Amino acid sequence: MKSRHKKLLAIGLAVAGLGIVAALVLNAFQSNLVFFFSPSQVAAGEAPTGRAFRIGGLVEPGSLKREDDGLTVHFVVTDTAKTIPVTYKGILPDLFKEGKGTVAEGTLGPDGVFTATQVLAKHDENYMPPEAAHALEQAQKAQATVVPE
Amino acid sequence: MSINWYKYASPATFYGLAGRLAPWFGWAAALLTVIGLYIGFFVAPTDFQQGEAYRVIFIHVPAAWMSMFIYLVMAGWAAIGLAFNTRLSFMMARALAPTGAMFTFVALWTGALWGKPMWGAWWVWDARLTSELILLFLYVGIMALWAAIDDPRRGDKAGALLALIGAINVPIIYFSVQWWNTLHQGASIKPSGTSMDEVMLAGMLIMAVAAWFYTIAVAFVRVRRIILERERHTEWVKHVLEAA
Repeated sequence: MKSRHKKLLAIGLAVAGLGIVAALVLNAFQSNLVFFFSPSQVAAGEAPTGRAFRIGGLVEPGSLKREDDGLTVHFVVTDTAKTIPVTYKGILPDLFKEGKGTVAEGTLGPDGVFTATQVLAKHDENYMPPEAAHALEQAQKAQATVVPE
Repeated sequence: MSINWYKYASPATFYGLAGRLAPWFGWAAALLTVIGLYIGFFVAPTDFQQGEAYRVIFIHVPAAWMSMFIYLVMAGWAAIGLAFNTRLSFMMARALAPTGAMFTFVALWTGALWGKPMWGAWWVWDARLTSELILLFLYVGIMALWAAIDDPRRGDKAGALLALIGAINVPIIYFSVQWWNTLHQGASIKPSGTSMDEVMLAGMLIMAVAAWFYTIAVAFVRVRRIILERERHTEWVKHVLEAA
């Protein structure tokens, strides 16, 4: 291979790399900038119909139920305004807990039940030892009793 | 005290300075890495929700910070080079790129290792992860462009231009978790305060400083090679090579 062919190839590869970058940017800007829809957005009809999408929110406390097969789970995703019931068959991530964040990918059935093909756990940016988390919880409880709402 | 900075814009002078400083930064980086990893793995407490798995943070966050910061410094050198036509600026930009690419790769890699046990996925196409992947492609693309053009001065300019164009991606990465909803969590360190235990924070910041010093040391070593290659026809390089 002549050196100018090599150069051409290298420039071509560089351009191809740029193309990938641009394609990824466009891809990201269009469908993936919003990684998930909240239950309120789904209720307002903002979520795409006829294809899979993701919903995100908190797992409503007390809503998690397991079927006897040990794999199928039912839970409710809430953004404190609207809720969506979810059915999922598979293994849940360790951080998946009631009252914590989750993102589920799947399709919304005509009955309003979201059938998920993947369930992810979304955690927050707080990092502290368990004792500190416990103390924080106690303090919040104490404050809640002092100021009844 | 005033330092004549223009003196160090000469590759011949900077060659000596970089050679004297590089070992100091290298050893400081090694020492801080040992301290930072010790704090990270043995002193810092277990996390209340992620258990021990959160300890990836001591590598992941400094690597991710450096991936963005090095890019900005590289683009800054590129801009100075384009504006003032200073040879050493382009050489510094070239010297920084491989380390930036490495930190970007480390951030993505440790992020995948962290994402699988915590989120339940190695990779998701959310705004944060996608824009960081684009950063890796930018680094590789810029290095490929430099490598593709034989004339160093022309290559310098082409790569610098691309580096500058790509700089737009850095704020996108940083603010992605604020601008759009993402699976990736928000920043723990914000102007309003940190949401992190102090010992954890100390370990992470020490690792970040170690990464800085490592980057400076490696960039100095690399820029010396580039200077020797570029200035190989000059008398002073012949003297250096004869003495070696």
